[in-house]
Amino acid sequence: MLNYLARRLIGLIPVFFGITIISFFVMHLAPGKPTDLQTSLNPKITYEARVRMEKLYGLDKPVHVQYVDWLKRFVRLDFGRSFLDDRPVIDKISERIPITLLINISSLLLIFAIGIPLGILAAVKRHTLRDKLTTVFVFIGFSTPEFWLALLLMSLFGITLGWLPISGIKSLDFEYLSFAGKVLDVARHIALPVCIAAFGSLAGISRYMRSSMIGVIGQDYIRTARAKGLRESQVVYKHALKNALLPVITIIGLSIPGLIGGSVIFESIFAIPGMGRLFYESVMARDYATIMGVLSIGALLTLLGNLLADVAYSYADPRIRLGSKE
Amino acid sequence: MKEFIKNKMVFAGLLFIAVILIFAVLAPLIAPYEPAAIDTKNVLSPPSIKHIFGTDTLGRDIFSRIVYGSRISLSIGFIAVGIAVLIGLFFGSVAGYYGGILDSVIMRFVDIMLCFPTLFLILAVIAVLEPSIFNIMAVIGATSWMGVARLVRAEVLTLREREYVLASKVMGARAPWIILRHLIPNAIGPVLVSATLGIGGAILLESSLSFLGIGVQPPTPSWGNILMDGKSTLGVAWWLTIFPGVFILLTVLAYNLLGEGLRDLLEPRLRR
Repeated sequence: MLNYLARRLIGLIPVFFGITIISFFVMHLAPGKPTDLQTSLNPKITYEARVRMEKLYGLDKPVHVQYVDWLKRFVRLDFGRSFLDDRPVIDKISERIPITLLINISSLLLIFAIGIPLGILAAVKRHTLRDKLTTVFVFIGFSTPEFWLALLLMSLFGITLGWLPISGIKSLDFEYLSFAGKVLDVARHIALPVCIAAFGSLAGISRYMRSSMIGVIGQDYIRTARAKGLRESQVVYKHALKNALLPVITIIGLSIPGLIGGSVIFESIFAIPGMGRLFYESVMARDYATIMGVLSIGALLTLLGNLLADVAYSYADPRIRLGSKE
Repeated sequence: MKEFIKNKMVFAGLLFIAVILIFAVLAPLIAPYEPAAIDTKNVLSPPSIKHIFGTDTLGRDIFSRIVYGSRISLSIGFIAVGIAVLIGLFFGSVAGYYGGILDSVIMRFVDIMLCFPTLFLILAVIAVLEPSIFNIMAVIGATSWMGVARLVRAEVLTLREREYVLASKVMGARAPWIILRHLIPNAIGPVLVSATLGIGGAILLESSLSFLGIGVQPPTPSWGNILMDGKSTLGVAWWLTIFPGVFILLTVLAYNLLGEGLRDLLEPRLRR
């Protein structure tokens, strides 16, 4: 297991460098310099201030030197200061990460809790009405614009019914609530965003679960289990489920970038102060330092998520960690 | 029976795609109003015979804006996917055919690109460039080719061992000829399926970007930026939110149905 982990970690090194190179490259796509907005477009600025600013961001050096400098600071998680309010970018990001993680992990749990049983049921009761309804749901889930669903649910639960708050992460009187009250308050605020974030992936997971389960149910050992006279529920949940879950773990790993990226949409619709909204605001303000910081942190989080999925996979399937030595 | 239902769904998808295509091509004939015609006397009027989908905050006819918006959505969908397919075909076939270091480098690059949350990468690039229609097509294309590259590589890996490829080599054909003439045409089936599904995805992405105000810029109508108005009038003017959203949903659904239908048609071994 350790051996496998070590190999995986070494494999991540070039990916890590690739991520930093692409982030750096994106920043340099800009015609002119990232500091133009503060400098040449700002008539009040003096020549000295402009040079000072370019020095600060290292823009007076050759590109490869800039990259190495940037990388050195990157490793220390120093992304410079926000052009907007001059606060260190890493502080801005780290105060927002927990909110985004809370929502994304909750929606992953929701995806697990609904998508997997849905897929199993569709597979076990194949070609019944329930299976067909699941298929219809899957197609609609794939095709629904996340932001549109957000608007609809917002107007139904937030405005028409008035059951749930539609913006922010906590109420105005949050500080005066008891602990249980605080938990409930946050839960009410994130309920809609979590459901919306889960909706699209839910469809995908239940579809993969269905086809994976169908594949497993056709195996010989399932027939053996049935022939032993086991009850169908035991066959499905004890024998088939474990094996059918394996490919789904990988798919969940692959759905992480979509979830994190999707946070831009629902966080800006629901005014949730998370990483997605921070990113959106920095994009609108052309705050390059923050944009690059969030972009790289987002990619690193994805990398971490994929690593976790791989570890989970290898934990569940010894063939992966033992067999790939070739 | 099952085949029949499947086919019926594919047919429904095709029909809707045809309707949208007609909208896009004949927009000036179909739209009852100019999409940008402001009518201050008819601001936010609900659906009626005069304005079947109602009007927006500037009194513009929603139906006309949706009809014209289909031009933007479809062209972004087609061209973005076209770009993605070309990039994916190139990297996938080169990686699969040459193998070795080239293959590992390209596939690592694919892994790296897949690490970026797509929406983050697109927004970052658009923040740096300008949100013009051309840039949006290019950026969506440049961030969604990885699936195609993987597909093509996998196909080419098996195809390159075939006898007809060997025969071509023996006759002195060069690599580009073999790739273009023998490998890509035989690998095109799965690519077509993935491209069809990709058009739906690209339309969804464009509408999200435009909704966030970072995609197609007003006054050019796109399905996403009509919905931007819907957000500010939520609870007041349902028609502003419902109609453009339904059009996005149905169009994407139509391409997804068509894609699944093509998959069944072209890859019968995957039929379940």
